[in-house]
Amino acid sequence: MVRVLINVPKQVFRSIPFEVKVLISHPMESGQRRDQVGQAIPRDIINHFVCTLDGETVLDADFFPAISANPFLAFSVVAEKSGILALTFVDDQGVTQTETVAVNVA
Amino acid sequence: MKLPRRRLVALAAVAAVPRAFATPAEVDGLIRTLVGESPLKDGLVHLDLPVLVENGNAVAMRVSVTDPPSPVESIHVFAEGNPLPVVAVFRFGPRSGVPAVSTRIRLATSQTVIAIARLRDGTCWRDSAEPLVTLAACIE
Repeated sequence: MVRVLINVPKQVFRSIPFEVKVLISHPMESGQRRDQVGQAIPRDIINHFVCTLDGETVLDADFFPAISANPFLAFSVVAEKSGILALTFVDDQGVTQTETVAVNVA
Repeated sequence: MKLPRRRLVALAAVAAVPRAFATPAEVDGLIRTLVGESPLKDGLVHLDLPVLVENGNAVAMRVSVTDPPSPVESIHVFAEGNPLPVVAVFRFGPRSGVPAVSTRIRLATSQTVIAIARLRDGTCWRDSAEPLVTLAACIE
């Protein structure tokens, strides 16, 4: 389980794109680093991210170790009616986490 | 007496860690398999990276496509000097608004970063940036 901060404007307008900002608390261990005794630290990253609005895809992203620790993501969404924005993260252990946030269309 | 030995130990440590970095040729190959037969042109897509990067561990990056003639299918970002050439792949769905994404990436060294945008009509567009990295990522 990771901590996720999601920022969606309080009120959005129909057919007008709005920005969603996501900040995920995750070390995104690249697998390139070594510990004090020279042992490779195993890779542990969020490798897949999907954002949907009422089941329709907004953004589907593949992350690689080149994404910084505590990944930040800002992208644009367009809504026709109020709905639920669902953000799903998949990490290297195969653990899936979904966060939801309501979108209120004026 | 101590210094050469210490230096030798440090040298051995460096030698023990294989530092394989991606090469421009490798990135070229990846882009070719991605683009395939469709034409690859410069423009349309914008890759915004700072010119001078103080800390390679978190570099603000923004990729966007302005006024695409057909919907943007995906944006792929490649870094020629990172251990792994692929940085991220963004695929846009029907509920996506402006085809733009901001995130933070790691850069191992000063290098060329390339963004490829693939449109629904099959055309591919390219943009690149050459940030100067003072503190490299992936090392400590």
